[in-house]
Amino acid sequence: MTTTSITQVLPRVLFVKRHAAMGVLGDSFVASTKFEVLKAFESPLPLPEFLADQSHPVSAIIAPVAVPVTADLIRLLPNLRLVVTTSTGVDHVDLVECRRRGISVANAGSSYSEDVADTAVGLLIDVFRRISAANRFVKQRLWPLKGDYPLGSKLGRKRIGIVGLGSIGSMVATRLEAFGCQISYSSRNRKPSFPYHYYVDVHEMAANSDALVICCELNDKTLHLINRDVFAALGKQGVIVNVARGGIIDEGEMVRCLREGEIGGAGLDVFEDEPNVPKELFELDNVVLSPHCAYTSLEGLEQLGKVLVGNIEAFFSNKPLLTPVL
Amino acid sequence: MESIGVLMMCPMNSYLENELEKRFNLLRFWTSPEKSVLLETHRNSIRAVVGNAFVGADAQLINDLPKLEIVSSFSVGLDKIDLGVCKDKGIHVTNTPDVLTEDVADLAIGLILALLRRLCECDRYVRSGKWKQGDFKLTTKFSGKSVGIIGLGRIGTAIAKRAEAFSCPINYYSRTVKPDVAYKYYPTVVDLAKNSDILVVACPLSDETRHIVNRQVMDALGPKGVLINIGRGPHVDEQELVKALTEGRLGGAALDVFEKEPHVPEELFGLENVVLLPHVGSGTVETRNAMADLVVGNLEAHFSGKSLLTPVV
Repeated sequence: MTTTSITQVLPRVLFVKRHAAMGVLGDSFVASTKFEVLKAFESPLPLPEFLADQSHPVSAIIAPVAVPVTADLIRLLPNLRLVVTTSTGVDHVDLVECRRRGISVANAGSSYSEDVADTAVGLLIDVFRRISAANRFVKQRLWPLKGDYPLGSKLGRKRIGIVGLGSIGSMVATRLEAFGCQISYSSRNRKPSFPYHYYVDVHEMAANSDALVICCELNDKTLHLINRDVFAALGKQGVIVNVARGGIIDEGEMVRCLREGEIGGAGLDVFEDEPNVPKELFELDNVVLSPHCAYTSLEGLEQLGKVLVGNIEAFFSNKPLLTPVL
Repeated sequence: MESIGVLMMCPMNSYLENELEKRFNLLRFWTSPEKSVLLETHRNSIRAVVGNAFVGADAQLINDLPKLEIVSSFSVGLDKIDLGVCKDKGIHVTNTPDVLTEDVADLAIGLILALLRRLCECDRYVRSGKWKQGDFKLTTKFSGKSVGIIGLGRIGTAIAKRAEAFSCPINYYSRTVKPDVAYKYYPTVVDLAKNSDILVVACPLSDETRHIVNRQVMDALGPKGVLINIGRGPHVDEQELVKALTEGRLGGAALDVFEKEPHVPEELFGLENVVLLPHVGSGTVETRNAMADLVVGNLEAHFSGKSLLTPVV
């Protein structure tokens, strides 16, 4: 008996910009026998020409934050059916346009929530205990010259207000509980399964906190959520940690507050206009800066690769997405 | 009590100095150009010594002070005090346990995160403007990694509790197995190092624990393993550590303590897989005040014939 084999065309998945993970994991980052990856970044052609050159149209796109999925980009991809982001945040995807065209969207889910939570805690301890500043002090050979380093501030019993109690925020909470911190949170909705004090209003939470940790998504309601009033409520000893999106904080106002000593310090992984960081922050010892890499551990990115591949394979086998947004 | 001579060995905390000065005749050892003259002049009035992790009371000092009744250390570590001589002479010794446990444990975790996630290097990367040229490289995840703790006393236990919140399996080495503890015991430090991603030194310094982290332990920890020292510098064979790091046989180290503070081996300054701190384990305003209160409290209790708050000997 013979069987007729039907040559199936594998779905084409567009990868516009090389992802940091590929430098270490190579092509295995998003390899699959069930789809073909088109690496536009390996071609000298501009994107429209690159696409025109393809034998089969693109039906899915891997969208890192650096490649916003705008209406213009979607227009270049008339057969697009799926967007998978390499981030949990989807603020760089035109969801309205996707919804209009019936394009499904999946995100990174909680692939690297632990890593982001770990970094948030690391930044908080660094600011309170002056770790990066003291490491600089020692490596600049100042210890024998200047003697003891100025004292930091104890983390135990500090009141920490978490803005956004999703997968990342809740992991930050459970970690900080082990340090004896008192946790409260502000979120769109109360989360009764968590034992922490809930604040409807971020301003009120700031007034009752020693530090704020930003873990929420960026959207219309959270743009510049952390503003002058919130900083005033947080106060001179207050610390802010941001591992979410730069736009959630009024950056100019934060810089002013830090320079004038109106808040006590900051640990920042994200900024309004990356990779540009306000130069005024470089003069400050009570600020710890990070180049948006809270999520980039090798292990976290391996997990991200699995989620990306899993979502694409599920979609094209007509199975439910693992981490759907739309 | 104003006539009681209290000899403070080095500058350690101005709040402590002020509180001692209010109550006693405070003598500052470091301000005297001729220390032997100071001791000779005041040998009959000095009844207490206040030392810390850097300078304590060795046999020579104790023998030079015939009226010495109590040594009150502004530290929990007692390695700078000759406990044998104190015991022989009936001199009381007190330290500052418990009040600094949390700070030291917090710092241990802070160091692990700073090292594995390269927080200090990331900060340097941004400040140098390099981010405009490209992203920082991948770092190593902390959550879920195995943590091996040398010494499961107050500080070791507090470190374990924090690491558990990061889903880290906990291993430990101790002189004896701790029966009520759910963590995995290893009978030797080499075994502990072989089976842990992160090795933390958290035991007291004694003759037995000097260089407890030696070349063999470092090789067992290996090029993917990291060492965290919040104990005492002499716990680690520092020369071997420098070699292990510069030769790539050890994955990284985060150190708050060194064999000859404030001297730190030059070779470590240029390494991006090394975090160095100037002995700040208990270095917060809140904890140093609490430690100072204990030192003063112990001295007051002794000189009013009451029970010592935190006696060692």
